[in-house]
Amino acid sequence: MNLDLSTKAEITWCPGCSNSQILVAFRQAVDEIVKNKELKIEDLVIFSGIGCHGKITDYLNINSFTSLHGRLVPTMTGVKCANPNLKIVGFSGDGDSLDEGIAHLIHAAKRNSDISLFIHDNKIFALTTGQFNALSSKGFKGKSTPEGNIEEPLNPLLIALSSGATFVARTYAGDIQGTKKIMQEAINHKGFAFVDIIQPCITFFDTRDYFKDKIYWLEDNYPRDDFNKALEKITESTQEKVSLGIFYKKDKPTFEEELYK
Amino acid sequence: MSDNLDKNIFTIGVGGAAGDGVKSLGVKIGEILCNRGFNVYLSLDYPSLIRGGHNFIRLSFGKEKVWNDYTKLNVLVALNTETEQKHKNELKQDAQIISKNNHEEVLEKIKSIIKIKGFESANFKGLPVQAGQLIEGNVAFAKGLQAAGLDFYIAYPMTPATSVLHYLAGEQKSSGIKVIQPENEIAVINMALGSAFAGKRTAIGTAGGGFALMQEAFSLAGITELPLVVMVSQRQAPATGVPTYSSQSDLRFVIHAGHGEFPRIVIAPGDSEESFCAGRNALNLAWKYQMPVIVLLDKVLSEHMITATLNETKMVEKGKIARETDLNYERYKITEDGISPMAFPGTTNAVIKVNSYEHNEKGITIDDPEIIKKMIEKRFSKMKNLETKIQNIETIKIYGDENSKNTIIFFGSTKSPVLEAAKYLKTSTKLIQIIWLEPFDKNKVKAALQTSEKIICVEANHNGQLASLVSEKTGIKITDKILKYDSKPFDPVRLAEEINNKII
Repeated sequence: MNLDLSTKAEITWCPGCSNSQILVAFRQAVDEIVKNKELKIEDLVIFSGIGCHGKITDYLNINSFTSLHGRLVPTMTGVKCANPNLKIVGFSGDGDSLDEGIAHLIHAAKRNSDISLFIHDNKIFALTTGQFNALSSKGFKGKSTPEGNIEEPLNPLLIALSSGATFVARTYAGDIQGTKKIMQEAINHKGFAFVDIIQPCITFFDTRDYFKDKIYWLEDNYPRDDFNKALEKITESTQEKVSLGIFYKKDKPTFEEELYK
Repeated sequence: MSDNLDKNIFTIGVGGAAGDGVKSLGVKIGEILCNRGFNVYLSLDYPSLIRGGHNFIRLSFGKEKVWNDYTKLNVLVALNTETEQKHKNELKQDAQIISKNNHEEVLEKIKSIIKIKGFESANFKGLPVQAGQLIEGNVAFAKGLQAAGLDFYIAYPMTPATSVLHYLAGEQKSSGIKVIQPENEIAVINMALGSAFAGKRTAIGTAGGGFALMQEAFSLAGITELPLVVMVSQRQAPATGVPTYSSQSDLRFVIHAGHGEFPRIVIAPGDSEESFCAGRNALNLAWKYQMPVIVLLDKVLSEHMITATLNETKMVEKGKIARETDLNYERYKITEDGISPMAFPGTTNAVIKVNSYEHNEKGITIDDPEIIKKMIEKRFSKMKNLETKIQNIETIKIYGDENSKNTIIFFGSTKSPVLEAAKYLKTSTKLIQIIWLEPFDKNKVKAALQTSEKIICVEANHNGQLASLVSEKTGIKITDKILKYDSKPFDPVRLAEEINNKII
């Protein structure tokens, strides 16, 4: 039986928005793991916060909880604690989980909650028509910083890794197959999986040309269990080259396992 | 008024520094008295610190129900010299002072004083074996939640709500409930909504400040129609205020909590027995009506102990659960009573979508004015349905002389000093306790006030919030108020004086 993951909701992202690529990658990822019987579709619950990314829950015929701005993460943990059989996947924006809800991100990583969090990383508040956010570069000119952003950006991967995430990865929305694979590995990972998805905003901050020639995938023999290597890799400058792949993956008891021990 | 209004009531004070074991000694005395068949009321006064300072427990007890403690002391147990200094003006004429540090010696001394005073032989003949259990409002509330089948309790520590967290955390092994302490109050309520969405009976608890942090997600509970119990224990505010002292200043805050318009239930119990019932009813109501239910306590009710008899029978109402689900399942299906059958993630064939955006019956985001209107009406139709049912619920209680033209009206922990003060009122008086603050039972309250010529509202806040609420809902103006906003509990003797002065 073919899985029908679409809904009647009209897609209201800008035509050509890279969020659609994330949607396609996720549909393919789910379709495959359901067909492979790795997951029953009714056991999957998806979440979103508020921002352009947040519309994704409407476009998927899957159990969903469309949360408040920045607050999806504790809700995801709440669902996982209540029913550990469920697979929990959250879509969040960089403004959503690195500005508004950063405390929740840090604590979910700290407790190694068995959930996956996909960050739509466009380095801008887009739905509110273009202001700087926690990941915007210093000097970025947005509507609230006409003379340029005076703050340095956060490194989301470093925050996740240093807070205790047991799966830390980066992918690029434009690479649908690569993103699909990372999503599947994140969903199958036991523990807190953090995936930074570079998602250029074609309307307010189009970085497609910037990233196109800089991205590259980690080698197959990259040592995923090496914390220091991960630390080195995710703190590398992204001026010249931007690495994609799974930087870190570790097996560790999850919060929910400890809760029911 | 004389010290010895009621010779049948005996009061013991226990004071010392934090760390001296004031509370454990006081509670031990209370339990001994309770086990001998006395009715006990125990108050607890402490500043916000860990070592040093001055902690004070006061126990009043007697053969009949004692609703409140009294300021004047028959016995003062001074675990340090500061206690004698601080409380010398509260001693009755023949009061005794016990200055010992050893708890066992203090207990022996107290037992002998009670004997010498003839409490066991003369004034207290025919006591039952045990009057009940000595229990504070918080623990009684928590037991009520358990009796309604609580699965999850999620909280961030905040006085005076914390003892619910402590009590339920200790219950996990024996009862199977789960207790989680997340990073902040915002995480607490959002996590709780996740747990409720997955089908678990969930409650959270905090004080006014913590509930202030939860406002956005409280509104989310409203639009997602997720069942959630929120215990709010008031303390002296604004802001950090006076953290270990009491207040009833959050009445207006909780009945209007959250942005936007959505139905909620607010219940304010007045003693430990009512706190138990409120906990049990709240969880059942939340699941029956799929809406947030607030139980409003305060520091006095949360932490003071009273002899109570709890009927701990389990009562679990599961609410409207979808029996059969198919691909057409709609979480927000419009029904006659406004309540949509609930299904939980993990159900074969059903896709369950909840949404903080306004949504259609399926749970998909919409901005169509017709659907917006319909969904708001759907949610409020549950309230309409509930308003017809409350006539069979004890939303208010009436004590004293039902035919009196003098009326005292109150809510929450003020029940204790009002009922104790009523023992000393010079004229017959009708006492009305409002238990349900939202929906407000205007029919019953109006009927109860109709024949009153003099109405006095007693509450622990500056603005007379209950008085204004009663006026708003019934059209009956209340101008006589006894308001206390110094954060300290009412003394029943002084309260009786104030009421007597107003009634004459």
